[in-house]
Amino acid sequence: MPDVLKAPLVVEFPFTRSLGPVQSAFLTGLRERVVLGVRTGDGRTLVPPVEYDPVTAQEIRDLVEVAPTGTVTTWAWNPAPRRDQPLATAFAWVLVRLDGADTALLHALDAPGPDAVRTGMRVRVRWAAERVGAITDIACFEPYHDAPAATAAAGAPRHDGVFDDPVTGITAAARLDYTYSPGRAQTGYLNALTEHRNVGERCPSCRKVYVPPRGACPTCGVATSEQVDVGPHGTVTTFCIVNIKAKNLDIDVPYVYAHIALDGADLALHGRIGGIPYDQVRMGLRVEPVWTPGARHPDHYRPTGEPDAHYDTYRELL
Amino acid sequence: MNREIAVVAFAQTDHRRTSEELSEVEMLMPVLHQVLAQTGLKTSDIGFTCSGSSDYLAGRAFSFTLALDGVGAWPPISESHVEMDGAWALYEAWTKLLTGDADTALVYSYGKSSPGPLRDVLTRQLDPYYLAPLWPDAVALAALQARALMDAGHTDEPALAAVAARSRGDAEANPHAQLRGPVPHGEYVVHPLRTGDCPPLGDGAAAVLLAAGERARELCERPAWIRGVDHRIEAHSLGVRDLTDSPSARLAAERAGAFERPVDTAELHAPFTSQEVVLRRALRLGDDVRVNPSGGALAANPVMAAGLIRVGEAAARIHRGDCDRALAHATSGPCLQQNLVAVLEGDPR
Repeated sequence: MPDVLKAPLVVEFPFTRSLGPVQSAFLTGLRERVVLGVRTGDGRTLVPPVEYDPVTAQEIRDLVEVAPTGTVTTWAWNPAPRRDQPLATAFAWVLVRLDGADTALLHALDAPGPDAVRTGMRVRVRWAAERVGAITDIACFEPYHDAPAATAAAGAPRHDGVFDDPVTGITAAARLDYTYSPGRAQTGYLNALTEHRNVGERCPSCRKVYVPPRGACPTCGVATSEQVDVGPHGTVTTFCIVNIKAKNLDIDVPYVYAHIALDGADLALHGRIGGIPYDQVRMGLRVEPVWTPGARHPDHYRPTGEPDAHYDTYRELL
Repeated sequence: MNREIAVVAFAQTDHRRTSEELSEVEMLMPVLHQVLAQTGLKTSDIGFTCSGSSDYLAGRAFSFTLALDGVGAWPPISESHVEMDGAWALYEAWTKLLTGDADTALVYSYGKSSPGPLRDVLTRQLDPYYLAPLWPDAVALAALQARALMDAGHTDEPALAAVAARSRGDAEANPHAQLRGPVPHGEYVVHPLRTGDCPPLGDGAAAVLLAAGERARELCERPAWIRGVDHRIEAHSLGVRDLTDSPSARLAAERAGAFERPVDTAELHAPFTSQEVVLRRALRLGDDVRVNPSGGALAANPVMAAGLIRVGEAAARIHRGDCDRALAHATSGPCLQQNLVAVLEGDPR
């Protein structure tokens, strides 16, 4: 087994999400340093608020204002914060029941150490300096020494949830860093490409040769292992003419993108056809790869000048 | 339609910290071949195929379609996939067999956690408005639950350490386990949970074959009959739940018939020691019930396969005659949010 190939793979996705009326009021409220909850059918106040009653599934819209102070219901000390978590130094994760609320909100608590945190301790919101209408407008909680606010007993006051310039959506950015490794069969394929060779793998059962190999015969469901050199010449089995320029792609349109059955392969791979006017490319055209220095893959395929392949030689590969 | 459905074969990979030399299908294929070999079936004999996996784990889009290469899905087979643990794929397959549409089903699942930052990856399953922007990782959320259990007097740190030690001790008899034998309980990952309270990170795959009625008896000497399966979910907002209890697990067990007669064995999908404490209480498991003889998820936790493995391990004990009636449990989501319970029985001996 040669060394395992590895490459960094970053998956980044900025989801843009619209908000329901309750979520919109709650997140806009945070921007204005106001914490809103929602009343359920059985008279409980949920913070953070949701659009539908968790018990009856009824739409709920009665908003109330709760205090920015509350009580820790459970906690966990995080000695090594991870990249995107609320605080960069060690902190406690906490569930906090804000005064006036019946349920708890998850957030971070800035405290000197685990000995300074306990269930039942009093905390208050520390607002972020810049607020945009997001849960991170609460920078974190901090310890707070006072008795529960009067609202806890009296019930939280109603709030119409109306603010100027309400937030109607959030953009949730997310980045995950992976290390990609392609596995046994594709490693062999990629290593051969560095020598400007195309290799496939043959199914021990149906004898078909797959290029690129994925390690298994999708028809027989068995492992492929016998490596087979294919090409370098091949036949265009079918093609299309691309008329729209792709972003960040330095290729003039129109150009031809084709399925190419390399000689000896039972599966066509795809590539760009160059070295011939786009309107002269045809099914059966014989082509060969064109390599550019340092590249792992052929840059494109060009005509070999051989006579066109007869349809019957590639009809099963369409 | 009242049909008897049984688990007739089970296979799993050796679970390892990394399987970087193998693609997902290369890791999966051997277990597919093993369950077929155990029963003498070919792909073309299988009536229905269902799998469970998540592309987020390895960051590979549509990896489950590539995994199908290992099944031999041509000519086209009757197939389905759930973006969940394979135990939920088993539920779908069981339902399919109950309808009479198929007599046999292949269920498989796999997870490669090694390519990505699993703790961060799992935050992406949370509420995108109020939770995901804070990136609370799986260990942090389990630690909040563990603290709540301690505050309620249901457990303490020595009791959790004992769960860890028992699990890894039992795993010494499990050749597929990743962590076995004496394992240091370690430092706090997120207080009050130490490394020993957390599952190992690793890659692995599992497969199960189901068959109905007489077909099951032909394929397996002592089929593990599925007497019931049910799954239930709790509110997604952690702050509205009682984290010390699992009403969803209890209700699923009740609906699956777990409380009709005592079980002798339970395979619980409790990735964290504290979650075994919650489940034992919720599922009313007494001290006479053998819990996680395989070592459970604390010994090997290939995400997306670890729940299906609980069903497979319970079934395998029935196959071997080590158990007559077992409860198998799978979980998904933060702090045991969603729970599946299956009840399996062997024919009287």
